[in-house]
Amino acid sequence: MTPLLEVRDLTVRFSTEDGPVLAVDAASFDVGEGEVLALVGESGCGKSVTALALTGLLPRGAAVSGEIRFTPSGRDLRELTERELREVRGRDIAYVFQEPMTSLNPVLTIGRQIGEVLRRHQRMRGEAARRRAAELLSLVGIPLPERRLREYPHQLSGGMRQRVMIAMAVACRPRLLVADEPTTALDVTVQAGILDVLRDLRAQIGTAVLLITHDLGVVADIADRVVVMYAGRTIEEAPAPALFATPSHPYTRGLLDAVPNPARHAEGGLREIPGRVPVLREAPEACTFADRCGYADDLCRSSRPELAPGPAGHPVRCWHPLSAAGPVAALTGRGPR
Amino acid sequence: MTTVAEPVTAPASLAGPRRRALRRLLRNPLAMTGLVVVLVAVLAALLADLVAPYPAARTDFSAALQPPSGRHWFGTDELGRDQFSRVLFGLRASVTVGLAAVGLSMAVGVPLGLLAGFYRVLDPFVSRLVDTMLAFPFLILAVGLAAIRGASLVTAVVAIGVAEIPLVVRVTRGETLRLREMDYVSAAVASGASDGVLLRRHILPNAVNALIVQATVTIPAAIIGEAVLSFLGLGVRPPTPSLGVMLASAQPLFRDGPWMVVFPGLAIVLLTLAFNLLGDGLRDALDPRESHR
Repeated sequence: MTPLLEVRDLTVRFSTEDGPVLAVDAASFDVGEGEVLALVGESGCGKSVTALALTGLLPRGAAVSGEIRFTPSGRDLRELTERELREVRGRDIAYVFQEPMTSLNPVLTIGRQIGEVLRRHQRMRGEAARRRAAELLSLVGIPLPERRLREYPHQLSGGMRQRVMIAMAVACRPRLLVADEPTTALDVTVQAGILDVLRDLRAQIGTAVLLITHDLGVVADIADRVVVMYAGRTIEEAPAPALFATPSHPYTRGLLDAVPNPARHAEGGLREIPGRVPVLREAPEACTFADRCGYADDLCRSSRPELAPGPAGHPVRCWHPLSAAGPVAALTGRGPR
Repeated sequence: MTTVAEPVTAPASLAGPRRRALRRLLRNPLAMTGLVVVLVAVLAALLADLVAPYPAARTDFSAALQPPSGRHWFGTDELGRDQFSRVLFGLRASVTVGLAAVGLSMAVGVPLGLLAGFYRVLDPFVSRLVDTMLAFPFLILAVGLAAIRGASLVTAVVAIGVAEIPLVVRVTRGETLRLREMDYVSAAVASGASDGVLLRRHILPNAVNALIVQATVTIPAAIIGEAVLSFLGLGVRPPTPSLGVMLASAQPLFRDGPWMVVFPGLAIVLLTLAFNLLGDGLRDALDPRESHR
């Protein structure tokens, strides 16, 4: 598969009042043409920062390094000027964010807001823009699109607004749609509808999707491939079925075990990974997960593991990757040593 | 889907956050009282030539210093001029200065506030300029301007307008700082919007509510400012009628003709009160918590 987007050694540092914070530590991954790649991990592990860094959307204080090669433009997005990046945003790479309730301008009609994107990137206006906007709304499964165009955001439900956001995002047939927790703020039933829309869009216009989520249910539903992030590092990368069948990193295993499972209810309900994601100042010469990991030993605490093919065949960043038949359940529920 | 028959349109009363705000305003009796008084005053000022029973400058020494009566509702002054007619023409000066001064302060203050709120680099310069302007006494500014340009209605407009620029800048800057962080602005950035589009399409339209409220507070301040300047001889000059001019000329005759002070004074009080009531009502109706729902 041709990669559409190649990210190499993407590193993001923020300078805060408490000193520098390392948000993304040399993340590397590819997104293939038409592929749905899920970027998963807990809050604070660098997923959203990675997504925003792609088109230079981070605030000015962020120091970004690394390479972001976007095949259609043949250039490293990091080398583009702000003006050139504005052309890329929305046209080649479009975003859908987490908060549908507040992501639409309250004083403009839906039609105006979609029309704005069409005018910006496709020089489309007037009747043509209105027709195209209505088409887009029906593409994302909004009934009575002509009528919705004249309505204001407050007249739409959260699920409808997220569909409008998706319609705006795909208005210019972007090659890559970055969806940052697109279903997190929505009811479960509405979530399924939004995922269906994303799936249909991929089938209809061939857009690749970089899906950022902490919800493994969503991943299982729609993703082709998964990259797991932890504390700014990519720690495991695998096709979705392989990741669910043979998670190799203890953290991935922990995430999978933490998914609520009614069948395990009798064993004592919800499981969790003890501790929380550390905030890093500098890249430590250690495994960042060591403090929360049941398998960690001196090697984990003194030396940084590299991303390398694990026992299940896919890359994992761990000194002691779990083998397919490994002692998996032993990990969770145990406190840090 | 474009061939599908147009569905029944939503009732007009449902659409638009501004329209909903208007409905809330219409249900507020105090604000409506204010609105009615303001409208009557503005109409009277515009139509003073038609409505006033006498020309503003016509003197009639046979009817000098008369108390209010059926012929002269607000009485006459020492030259026999009809006070009711002069109050109407005086309102014209007040309303003109009020609107023009606010227009001037908005025209300068809104762009400055938008730029200061949006571009951090500019903020310190604009904000210090505004602080300096605020520290400059209004009357000194007015005296200086009158000394350079001569006292006139235009001078009053400029003096009051300039004095109100800092307030407009501060309100606009604050709104811009707040709105810049809104999710829909971030979303617009992510869809490739330029700074100009962000400011014109997303920030300014959402700041309008705050600016409308600011205007309804600023207009009465400008009206009082006009009266003060004219009273001191720094604004509208006699014989042109203005509420401030009338108060100034009536002052020495207060004992002989109290009506000469009461009616122009009452006009100022009612007009500013009406604008303030309207402003309070607008503030409630345009409450940001409501419009961002």
